[in-house]
Amino acid sequence: MTELPRIPTGGGCREEPILKQRGQREVFCGLTGIIWLHRKMQDAFFLVIGSRTCAHLLQSAAGVMIFAEPRFGTAILEETDLAGLADAQTELDKVVDQLLARRTDIKQLFLVGSCPSEVIKLDLSRAAERMTEKYAPSVRVLNFSGSGIETTFTQGEDACLAAMVPVLPKTDEKQLLLVGALPDVVEEQAVSLLQQMGIGPIKVLPAPRADSDLGIGENTVFALTQPFLGDTHAALERRGAHHIAAPFPFGEEGTTAWLRAVADQFDVTDETFARVTDAPRARARKAISQASESLRGKSVFFFPDSQLEIPLARFLTRECGMDAIEVGAPFIHKGIVGPDLDMLAKGPVLSEGQDVDLQLDRCRAARPDLTVCGLGLANPLEADGLATKWAIELVFTPVHFYEQAGDLAGLFSRPMRRAGLLKLEAAE
Amino acid sequence: MKLTVWTYEGPPHVGAMRVATGMKGLHYVLHAPQGDTYADLLFTMIERRDHRPPVTYTTFQARDLGADTANLFKQSLQEAYDRFQPEALIVGASCTAELIQDDPGGMSETMGIPVPVIPLELPSYQRKENFGADETFFQIVRALAKPMEKTKRITCNLIGPTALGFRHRDDITELTGLLSDMGISVNAVAPMSSTPSDIARLGQAHFNVLMYPETAETAARWMERELDQPFTKTVPIGVGATRDFVAEVASIAGVAPYLDDSRLRLPWYSKSVDSTYLTGKRVFLFGDGTHVLAAARVARDEMGFEVVGLGCYNREMARSVREMARDYGVEALITDDYLEVERRIEELQPEMILGTQMERHIGKRLGIPCAVISAPVHVQDFPARYSPQMGVEGANVIFDTWVHPLVMGLEEHLLHMFRDDFEFNDAAGASHHGGHAPKPQTAEGGQPPAPAAPPPEFEGKMTAESGSSVTIVWLEDAERELKKIPFFVRGKARRNTETFASERGVEEISVDTLYEAKAHYAR
Repeated sequence: MTELPRIPTGGGCREEPILKQRGQREVFCGLTGIIWLHRKMQDAFFLVIGSRTCAHLLQSAAGVMIFAEPRFGTAILEETDLAGLADAQTELDKVVDQLLARRTDIKQLFLVGSCPSEVIKLDLSRAAERMTEKYAPSVRVLNFSGSGIETTFTQGEDACLAAMVPVLPKTDEKQLLLVGALPDVVEEQAVSLLQQMGIGPIKVLPAPRADSDLGIGENTVFALTQPFLGDTHAALERRGAHHIAAPFPFGEEGTTAWLRAVADQFDVTDETFARVTDAPRARARKAISQASESLRGKSVFFFPDSQLEIPLARFLTRECGMDAIEVGAPFIHKGIVGPDLDMLAKGPVLSEGQDVDLQLDRCRAARPDLTVCGLGLANPLEADGLATKWAIELVFTPVHFYEQAGDLAGLFSRPMRRAGLLKLEAAE
Repeated sequence: MKLTVWTYEGPPHVGAMRVATGMKGLHYVLHAPQGDTYADLLFTMIERRDHRPPVTYTTFQARDLGADTANLFKQSLQEAYDRFQPEALIVGASCTAELIQDDPGGMSETMGIPVPVIPLELPSYQRKENFGADETFFQIVRALAKPMEKTKRITCNLIGPTALGFRHRDDITELTGLLSDMGISVNAVAPMSSTPSDIARLGQAHFNVLMYPETAETAARWMERELDQPFTKTVPIGVGATRDFVAEVASIAGVAPYLDDSRLRLPWYSKSVDSTYLTGKRVFLFGDGTHVLAAARVARDEMGFEVVGLGCYNREMARSVREMARDYGVEALITDDYLEVERRIEELQPEMILGTQMERHIGKRLGIPCAVISAPVHVQDFPARYSPQMGVEGANVIFDTWVHPLVMGLEEHLLHMFRDDFEFNDAAGASHHGGHAPKPQTAEGGQPPAPAAPPPEFEGKMTAESGSSVTIVWLEDAERELKKIPFFVRGKARRNTETFASERGVEEISVDTLYEAKAHYAR
């Protein structure tokens, strides 16, 4: 049996009390996910039905001002649309006609709900059905909500993937489905490791193109690669697929545990598992130990952002020698992050939701060596002398699985190394 | 419903945030869903501010909608007051909160907050960011400023600068010095750097300097009427405008005009022989109305460029931009549709663009140099060095900034002479830009906030289309000859030749056609 991560002797955090506060939340809305989803699904267009604020968010949030004609856009609601709803549906038809006439490369169109479209109860599922009929078979039209009143940051991806599950064709084939949008390089590494163990066929959601042969059924087992996919998890189970619960594949330990959980479903022997993983495990350990030198014994404080917080706290405390002071997450889904909570030693405050002012008070009082937070808070905290890591980079950068484990540690150590490098005072 | 890809202006509450964040001692309570807090990063990341914007968002969620969002607003307002103890508050709604009609203004009146609470009505589905800033500043001034005795010395207020403004920080410094040279001191700068009590004493000044009509014209007009303060109409960007501004200030203030131009270098730099190559460079201008109007004058009268097109994205300035366009014999483009601007630039094939960060990207794609003259801003528009647009130093900065993207005088000739040299060729771009400046087929992933984005790919459709229905074919040697023309004029040469050919019904372009066209368009 491969050596597997041990549960901390004092017990994990799964049953620890969770601090829940209600106040201002400093988080993105789910629309932000479009920034990476539209890169991942190469024949998809994301049409937000919203306000100028939505369009402004998409262009500012990630700082990804690509300024080409991207595969996302906003149908901005105007005064006239707000007057009567029948009108808004016709208007939407017009916008979509225009769009699809110009972009014949589009095979999947996502109508994305926003705060204003939900408040006026604009029925996008009806619109999507109507349009699917109209444009079949060349374009499939789906809808999901990325609104701030429904979703937080990475939940936008969850909502998008969950919307795709019901329309997947049925298959009885025994297969493995990897769920979550990963950078291509990471996805290929994961698939290759699993294939070397003799596991297959392997499918991924989201597929890069609409015409992939992805199906789903009772013989499908699935593993999540991202911890924010709660609705997708539920949608897949409704289709009869079986979830493989596992810690998330961050760091050497997380990756090994995740791979082992998948391998067990496919009766992979210990010898095979070791043959495939021994070399990359050793590389990952080495890379982490180098990259984490400046992290050992240092404290870390997580503001809620991407929902990666719990698995990352597990990685930083167990593999990089850090002490977690507070681990905040927008919300905690124990069915999904349970295995990570089991491995996270008791000690840190676990918090769910946010009152940002109170949380900032706690953070400033604790003076952590590193604070993981959103872009709105990073510079103000730096100005207070606290080193920060922007959380959004963790979503955009390849950080999963063995070969990126060192890079992941490096993302956290860089701000601290930098603080040590800068000499901005007189030499004396 | 209008399909929008990129936007020049944010929603009006972002304009209100620009006012609030520029000020001190003021707090903004914004009724808004979670997610709208993204706007904080505009200030903390793009402008590198070391404090959070003074904004409290109610961040309501779906479950609050069924319950009591109004109470949530009241609670947020009370807590914001208790925590931040501001001298005054502004309250309002973002686009979504506008729909649920909780009336933040009305609620706040009933709460007995012991400092002024100024309600904002910013119609999110009709207006945009500049309106939001202008209206917010106006409401604050109207609520707080009172007629008062004028100062003994001649003083003025500098009005208009906000957070996230294009070079506002340095323009303030430049104008303060310029006015001081005329014996005029600054009573207050607002909204930037003012507290609510500074706003209350705006009336002490003898007149107002309206720096940016986009953000303070309504307040300037109100103060003219109510506080008996005339305001300046000239925006001192460029040499001529700065001199006009000095004359205007002198006549308003009743002092002698004076401008210390000992450090003004633009006029001589522009006359010096190296600048000959700037002559008649065809430029296209786009941005906010104020900066475009000023830049057009500098471009034509002070740099010797030819203005081939101009426009602005803020409809509020449409009239004056149209007037100027008529004066310059070109058609004004008034639009906030980025794709329309791109189309116009493709049509006009200018040799240089003076625009915003959006036009800079258009320029990258089309291989046309671009200098940035206006908001919307980017982290690059907040340089560490002193870099105003206004006054004497502003003129110097403009000269350098506009010349920098261009291939310089003799280098232009050398590129032409040694066009097949393996290092020194047109694809290598201008030598002072290090590496390869124009790579028309790559878009860029932008600066921070977020590095390491998934690699952006270019997805536009930039196939050159000639305006006529006749298909024009380039013969092989003509195509080869065209390639010998330096890249920075090749697009224009191709377009001119095709227009020339199609006007004459010529379907095949030969080397002769190319040179006939060249002779035809020779200036």
